[in-house]
Amino acid sequence: MYRYDDFDRQLVAERTTQFRDQVARRLSGELTEDQFKPLRLMNGVYLQLHAYMLRIAVPYGTMNGNQMRMLGHIARTYDKGYGHFTTRQNIQFNWPKLNEIPDALEDLATVEMHAIQTSGNCIRNTTTDQYAGAAADEIEDPRPYCELIRQWSTFHPEFTYLPRKFKIAVTGSPNDRAAVRVHDIGLRMHKNDAGETGFEVIVGGGLGRTPFVGKTVRDFIGKNDLFSYLEAILRVYNRFGRRDNKYKARIKILVHEVGVEEISRLVEEEWAKIKDGSLRVSDDEIAQYIAQFAPPAFEELRDNDPEFERRKQAHPDFAAWVRSNVIAHKQPGYAIANISLKPIGGIPGDATAEQMELVGDLADQYSFGDVRVTHEQNLVLPHVKKAELFALWAELKNAGLATANLGFVTDIIACPGLDYCALATARSIPLSQRISERFGDLDRQYDIGELKIKISGCINACGHHHVGHIGILGLDKRGKEFYQITLGGDASQDASIGKIAGAGFSEAEVVDAIEALITRYIDIRNVGERFIDTYRRVGMDPFKEVLYGDR
Amino acid sequence: MAIVKNDSVIENDWVALDDEALVPESGANVLVSLARFKAERDALIARNGGLGVLLVPGDAPEDLADDIDRFSLIAVKFPSYTDGRGYSYGRVLREHYGYQGELRAVGDVLRDQILNMHRCGFDAYELADEADVALEKVRAALREMTVYYQPTGDGRVTAGSLRERRRAALELGGS
Amino acid sequence: MSLQVVTANRLDDGLAVFMTADEGWSTDIRQAICAGDAEQAEALLARANTQKQQITVVGPYLIDVANEDGVLVPIKYREILRTLGPSVRPDLGYQAG
Ligand code: HEM
Ligand code: SF4
Repeated sequence: MYRYDDFDRQLVAERTTQFRDQVARRLSGELTEDQFKPLRLMNGVYLQLHAYMLRIAVPYGTMNGNQMRMLGHIARTYDKGYGHFTTRQNIQFNWPKLNEIPDALEDLATVEMHAIQTSGNCIRNTTTDQYAGAAADEIEDPRPYCELIRQWSTFHPEFTYLPRKFKIAVTGSPNDRAAVRVHDIGLRMHKNDAGETGFEVIVGGGLGRTPFVGKTVRDFIGKNDLFSYLEAILRVYNRFGRRDNKYKARIKILVHEVGVEEISRLVEEEWAKIKDGSLRVSDDEIAQYIAQFAPPAFEELRDNDPEFERRKQAHPDFAAWVRSNVIAHKQPGYAIANISLKPIGGIPGDATAEQMELVGDLADQYSFGDVRVTHEQNLVLPHVKKAELFALWAELKNAGLATANLGFVTDIIACPGLDYCALATARSIPLSQRISERFGDLDRQYDIGELKIKISGCINACGHHHVGHIGILGLDKRGKEFYQITLGGDASQDASIGKIAGAGFSEAEVVDAIEALITRYIDIRNVGERFIDTYRRVGMDPFKEVLYGDR
Repeated sequence: MAIVKNDSVIENDWVALDDEALVPESGANVLVSLARFKAERDALIARNGGLGVLLVPGDAPEDLADDIDRFSLIAVKFPSYTDGRGYSYGRVLREHYGYQGELRAVGDVLRDQILNMHRCGFDAYELADEADVALEKVRAALREMTVYYQPTGDGRVTAGSLRERRRAALELGGS
Repeated sequence: MSLQVVTANRLDDGLAVFMTADEGWSTDIRQAICAGDAEQAEALLARANTQKQQITVVGPYLIDVANEDGVLVPIKYREILRTLGPSVRPDLGYQAG
C-alpha cells in the first residue's frame, strides 16, 4: 500500500491550513458565498438539504485499518454516528458544521486522508477495481498507476477550473469492475502485440443527463507516456470544452459534438509537443511505485483448507455467504471477502461509526490492514486466509455486516436522493429499502441470480441508473414522486446505457413493477441466463408487456 | 486596482486600445486585442514602442507563435475566475513558444487562484484591490503551498524530482 | 398566490433556518415571518439578502407555505423534509425533537 512521505504529508497539512484560513475568511465576511463556494467544494464541502455535507476522498478506494477507524472517529465526533459510502469509492458525512470541518480535516490528515479532489470542476479522485492486487484475473495491479495519477492530478494548476468535473477510472483486469467506459477517461490495461503492458484510452463516457459510453481515442499508450497523454487530453478539454452551458460542459459532449476522430487528432497534436517532456515517467520511477504496492507477506498455503470446508458443511449461513460474497484470490489459500453494506431493508452504503471501527480492526486482523471501498457501495477485505474466513464471518455477522447478497437483487446502488440531496427530485433510499424487503428472502435472490438495480434521485445519475440492469430514476411529477424504469444498462466491459421502458410509476406502484419484470424474466430465461442476458436476447417487448399490458 | 509583479506593485505603463481607437504614432506601449494584432500586424510591429496583446478565452495563443519575441506584454483575461482557459494559454505561451515577456492575468483575479496562475507561467496580476492589499494577497497566495506534484514551466522543483534526488543521494551514500 | 416564507441554511452549522420578523433566523418554521403577496415576498427576500445576512446564512430563497390551523407548513415535499429531517432516519433532524 502507498504510504505518504514527508512531501505528501506536507501538502495535505498546507491544504488543511489553507482551508482553515478560507473558512475563517468566509465566517468573517471577507469572502462572499460566491467566492467561497468553489473553495469549499474543492475541499469536499457541499451544502445539502439539512446541513453541510463533507465528502472525504478514498483514493482508488484503498484504505488501511487506521484510516477506516478514523472514519469512525469522524462519524462519531463531527457527525451523527454514521457515514455513506458512495459510488465513487468515497465517503460522505451528512451533518458536519462548517466551523468544525477544519478540525475534522486536521484529524483526517493524521492518517493521510483529506477531502481533496472530491468536488469542484477539477480532476476528481481516481477510481479503480476494488479487487486490485488480489484478483485472480488481473493483468497487473492498477494501483501504482492510480497513485501516479493521484499525484499528477492533485491541485493540477492548469486544470483546477475545467469546464466541468473530470473523472478518471482505471481497470487492470479484462473484467471491468470500475465502469471505465462511463468515465470522462477510462483506462483499460492490456498488452500490445509486442507483449508490453499499457492502456487503452477511452474518452467521453459519462452518465448524468446525457449518458454516453466512452470512445477509444488511442488503443495503446505505454506506461511511460501515460501522464503526458493524460495532460494532452486535459489541455484539449480545458481549452475547447463548452463553458456556455453547464449541462453541455462535460468532455462527453465535446467528443459527441466534434467527433472522436477530431478529438483524437487534437490530442495527438498536443501530445507530440509534450511527450518527451518532464511528464515522461521512467521505468525506474514506475518500479518505485510498483514496489509500494508489493503484495503483502502471503504465506505459502494449500488452496484447500479442510477446516474451511468443514465449516461450510456445518454452517449453511456461512456457506451461503462464501458462495455470494467471497471471490477467488490470486494467492492459493487466500480469498477476497466482500462486506455487504446492503442489509435487507437497510440504507445502501451507510455504515455506523462502530461498524467502521470494527472493519478497520478486522482489516488489521485478517487482511494485512487492507480494506477497499467498491463503486457498488460495499467494502472489501481483499486478502483473507481461507482458514480464517469463518472467524471473520462470525464477527461480521455480529455487527450486521454479513448479508450474503453481493451482486444479487438486494445489492442495490442508491444515491442519497431527496432525503439528503438538495438537487434531488425524488427519494431513492426508501424505494431501495422496499425493493430490498420485497426480495429479502435469500433463496429467492439466489434463484433470480445476478441482477443490478441502480437508483438515482434525479437526472444527475449519481446512482448510476443508466447502467443498471434495471435502472430507476426518481422524478417529480406535479409535486409527486414518480419513477422511470430503464432496462438493459450495464457498467461492465460490455457497457451499455439502459433504455427507458415507458411511462413512469408512482411510488406506490414501482415495487410491483420491478417484481413483474423479475417474474417475467424467470418465466422466459434460458438455463444459465442472467437478467441482462435474457434482456439482450429478447429485447424490451416482453418486459414492456408486463409493465403496461396493452396500454 | 493594482498590478503586482516580482513582489512589488508596478505602474501600468501600457495603453489598452479599443479595436477602433487610433494607434499612437510612437512612444507609448500599446496593448491590442488578438484580432487587431492579426489585422494590423505589420503596422503594429513596425512602430516604435512596446507591443502587447490581450488574449481572451477562445483566442488561440498559437496565433502569436511566430511573433512571440516581439511582445513585451501578453495579458490574459479571466472574465470570471471559474473560466480556466487562461491557465492553458499561459503554459502554451511559456512552454511551447518560449515566451519571455510579462504574462499578466487580468479580469477576475482573486487571491485563491494566484498560485495556480504563477505555476502556469504568469508573473503579473492585476487585482481589484488597493496597492498594499493586493501586494499582501499575492504574497500570501504564493507562500501558501510549498509542495508541487506537477512539473510546469515555472521551474519549481516537484516532489517527484526531490524524491529522485534523495534516492540518488542515498545510493551514493550507500555505495 | 400562497403564503411564502424565506428559508436558508445557517452559515456556521448549515442547518435549515427560516427568517423571523426581526430578520433573525429560527430553526422552527413556526417562528417565520410570512409574506401574503408577491410584493411582500420580494421585500422579505431583499431583507434576507443583505451583506450583513451573508455572514449569517447561505442562499436564502422563498418557499410556499400553508397556514394549517395557525401553523405554517411548507407545501412542497422537499421543503417539508427540510423541516423534519431525512424520512429514512426519523431519529435525526428536527423531527427527532
Ligand atoms: C449528495 C450530494 C451530491 C450532489 C450535490 C451531487 C451532484 C452531482 C451532479 C450535479 C452530477 C451531474 C454532473 C454532470 O453530469 O455534469 C453528479 C453526477 C454523479 N455523481 Fe453526484 N452528487 C451527490 C452525491 C453523490 C453520491 C452520494 C454519489 C455516489 C453514490 C455520487 C456519484 C456521482 C456519479 C457516479 C455521477 C455520474 C457520473 C458522471 O457522469 O459524472 N454523487 N452528481
Ligand atoms: S442523483 Fe440527484 S438526487 Fe441523487 S445524489 Fe445525485 S444529485 Fe442528488
